[in-house]
Amino acid sequence: MSNPGLATYTGLAKKAESILDDRRESGKIRIQVGSATCEHAAGSNAVYEEFRRHIEASGRDDIILRRTGCTGRCSREPIVGVMVPGHLPVKYQLVDHDTAHDIFTSHILGGKPVTEKILDGSADESVQYEIMLCSGERCGRNKHLNLTKLFEKNLPKTALELGQVRLVSANCFGLCPSGGKGSAGHALIRPDNVLYHIENENDIREIIDNHILKGNVVERLRKHTEAISQRFFDMYGDVAFFNKQSRTALRNAGVINPEDIYEYIHYNGFEALARVLEKGDPQWVIEKITASKLRGRGGGGYPTGMKWANARKTTEETRYIICNADEGDPGAFMDRSMLESDPFSIVEGMIIGGYAIGASHGFFYIRAEYPLAIKRIEHAIDECRKLGLLGDNILGTGFSFDLEIRLGAGAFVCGEETALIHSIEGLRGQPRIRPPYPSQSGLWGKPTVINNVETFANVPAVLLYGSEWFRNIGTEKSGGTKVFALAGKVNHTGLVEVPMGTTLREVVFDIGGGVPNGKKLKAVQTGGPAGGCIPEKFLDTEVDFDTLAQVDSIMGSGGMIILDEDDCIVDIARFFIAFSQDESCGKCTPCREGTKRMLEILERITGGTGTPADLVKLERLATLVKKSSLCGLGRAAPNPVLSTLKQFRAEYEAHVFDKKCPAKKCSALIKYEIDPNKCVGCTLCAKNCPVPCISGVRRELHVIDQAKCIKCGRCFEVCRFDAVQRL
Amino acid sequence: MSAKTDNLKEVEARSKAALPQDIVDWIGECKKRPHPESQLISTLHKVQGHYGYLAKEQMDAVAQLMQIPASKVTGVATFYHFFRLHPRGQFIINVCLGTACYVKGADRVVEKLKLELGIDFGETTKDGLFSLEASRCLGTCGLAPVVMIGDDVHGGVTPDKVPALLETYINKARSLRKQSR
Ligand SMILES: Cc1cc2nc3c(=O)[nH]c(=O)nc-3n(C[C@H](O)[C@H](O)[C@H](O)COP(=O)(O)O)c2cc1C
Ligand code: SF4
Ligand code: SF4
Ligand code: SF4
Ligand code: FES
Ligand code: FES
Repeated sequence: MSNPGLATYTGLAKKAESILDDRRESGKIRIQVGSATCEHAAGSNAVYEEFRRHIEASGRDDIILRRTGCTGRCSREPIVGVMVPGHLPVKYQLVDHDTAHDIFTSHILGGKPVTEKILDGSADESVQYEIMLCSGERCGRNKHLNLTKLFEKNLPKTALELGQVRLVSANCFGLCPSGGKGSAGHALIRPDNVLYHIENENDIREIIDNHILKGNVVERLRKHTEAISQRFFDMYGDVAFFNKQSRTALRNAGVINPEDIYEYIHYNGFEALARVLEKGDPQWVIEKITASKLRGRGGGGYPTGMKWANARKTTEETRYIICNADEGDPGAFMDRSMLESDPFSIVEGMIIGGYAIGASHGFFYIRAEYPLAIKRIEHAIDECRKLGLLGDNILGTGFSFDLEIRLGAGAFVCGEETALIHSIEGLRGQPRIRPPYPSQSGLWGKPTVINNVETFANVPAVLLYGSEWFRNIGTEKSGGTKVFALAGKVNHTGLVEVPMGTTLREVVFDIGGGVPNGKKLKAVQTGGPAGGCIPEKFLDTEVDFDTLAQVDSIMGSGGMIILDEDDCIVDIARFFIAFSQDESCGKCTPCREGTKRMLEILERITGGTGTPADLVKLERLATLVKKSSLCGLGRAAPNPVLSTLKQFRAEYEAHVFDKKCPAKKCSALIKYEIDPNKCVGCTLCAKNCPVPCISGVRRELHVIDQAKCIKCGRCFEVCRFDAVQRL
Repeated sequence: MSAKTDNLKEVEARSKAALPQDIVDWIGECKKRPHPESQLISTLHKVQGHYGYLAKEQMDAVAQLMQIPASKVTGVATFYHFFRLHPRGQFIINVCLGTACYVKGADRVVEKLKLELGIDFGETTKDGLFSLEASRCLGTCGLAPVVMIGDDVHGGVTPDKVPALLETYINKARSLRKQSR
């Protein structure tokens, strides 16, 4: 007998549609303001308020103000989108109180966008059509069908020159032709949001003649399956930072209102769940996930399908599923953003996972430092219960499943599976020896599957678009995309989602915009305290679990910190060991004592008293701790040391042998001096010195008292005459 | 002990009096569900949310009402960095010392904060206004260096911006005081 899952879902989808239709009404102007921890920190709440006041004062009822999550464009937040019907959506960056006022009066009321505040490189009002061409792995590497060239050749010269039509190449749309590389290509026409499947030059001519010049859609070539990233590209496709990405896990980030379940449903939300329940075969789900080559995004890269199958195989029938939202890696914020911007997709992924392994109860383990994420997940769970998507008899299919939230309390080690389980049980979060693995014996001794936030966010996508599609996006061994949190010394900090196999160089330079202030890149730090530093010479490495391990780092959960020439590699290693030492739970000796001793050695080296024997000791100790610690924290803690000792040995040696810090970061190895030939006696340094230890009167040479100087570097920064030297 | 073996009721009443009613009710709710002891951490979160820290009296009350040994409650409270055993200032200043913030100069912001406030990590200013603490990452690394004061996250904080930032909260405290009067 067929299951009512899909029928119930269709009912829900219709309801969502009519609710949204009522709210949207064609012809209305929409203003959307980002709302996530990062957006709030940048000041988006005040901006929202400002728009609200303006709308109220204008008395107009054709303007809708809404909130979305964050897009991951951190360094340009707050971001505001303005959608006027019939026009390309305009996105503004770094919007503050005054800009909001300008946008409202000039753009909304006057119809003229505030050009100087438009988000990097995106289209302005003079652009009528934007043609986005897929230049992903499969479409783009097509020698016989170079879409960009062919469009350029066939478009009327004036259209391009006058800027009425813009050609933009984008990363994989996620619609890769199954006929292998290069059999066809895709073009998205904005603002009409029409996607074409193109096989030859004739197709292109037809699109230009009918659609671009006359406004008539070419139905023959139109692709009716919506690309997964289409709605994201429809909104943000003209922004350079975004169109080089491939949005799967972040498909809804910055597009939907994270507190509105109907918007999620409108974008095919819960359809994957409905299909799964309709099919009624958990084994089938596991096969699909296995075939997709989805690997755990929490860092280990364990094949998700295999993990689920292990749990399902057990004879014990009470089973649990847990979402690991402890995001411990300092410098990583992918999970936070996903929890805040698209909470429903993670909930959906968990329900599907629960169904697949045969669990009726699941837990979110969220770190307490993420209050907004907690609030949004709480809200999402409530909403799902109201619509019968959680609780008893989900979608009328007889499947029952519920979710609960448990909070972390600031212990990094609780990201480790067995520690996390202890923490949910209400105990101290200390790991235990594995095996038994949680999939055999976990929470309260029952089989338990733990997956990362991003892993769950990918699950509905795999089931909706198919395993083959997902596998095709990634590499041989690992399907799909990976989200990286780009931070540190990089121009565009933010979230970057790219297909597995994209090179580090593309991520850091093409998307991240390289290192600011003309500085040189020193290393890409991946994997946080469990990872390593990848030097410039390996930037062409294609990111994947195995390839990053080959260059002595790890993929990790996606934190990617860019270090430049001013960062001292030994100091970074010291930083991470200090972190691990602080977070060590103290249960086993190698980790508890070993990290402490390693930290002492590193402090000696950065403090200028390191000896050559210290280097030998450090390496030996690191290897020992790695081999003999009980859990992943201790076993991975030495990685930053081992990786940098191998890749940047000369920098360690400079500290030890020459007592020099090449990056001029380690304060014990540098000093500040004022060049008598350059100092004009402006007194600025003396005013800024916190000690103070700079003497001198106006218009005369200033001098630093070396005995008192704490080497804070303020004088070096403030002197406008380059007179202060760092030696 | 021997004369009066069952003073449970009395102890329970005393424990209930030591906690706000909503937390007492919450513990009651937990006990109706499976694995009530697993809610210990959530309960401590609620207590800290209410009082700002975990005092011995409240921890004992939680132990009693949840029927978890007091030693275990203390063990949990001291294991997790998030829990505080001493009162803190009105505004907690949480400086992020995560990797992204560190490479973007968080150490200099810390120096400035210590200088302006005259306190070290884990301490509270004499006027009870500010406590200084470090966090390992606030998840807004894209805006590094980041400082959280009370519930507000501030991005792109440089040493220069510190005095003005503190001033905002001093004023906020002042107007809050006025309101309560
Ligand atoms: C010390 C330590 C910290 C960890 N922190 C996290 C974390 O914050 N988030 C996470 O998803 N996984 C973390 N992990 C990995 C998890 O233990 C686990 O492998 C992962 O959640 C499994 O999910 P996945 O298969 O979907 O990747 C950590 C591991 C260790 C050893
Ligand atoms: S390796 Fe470190 S964190 Fe892990 S159990 Fe041992 S002491 Fe605890
Ligand atoms: S700031 Fe520079 S020029 Fe001015 S007094 Fe100091 S060293 Fe001299
Ligand atoms: S480095 Fe700092 S302490 Fe030393 S002289 Fe310059 S400003 Fe003063
Ligand atoms: S490469 Fe074009 S859709 Fe994937
Ligand atoms: S490292 Fe400071 S917010 Fe993440």
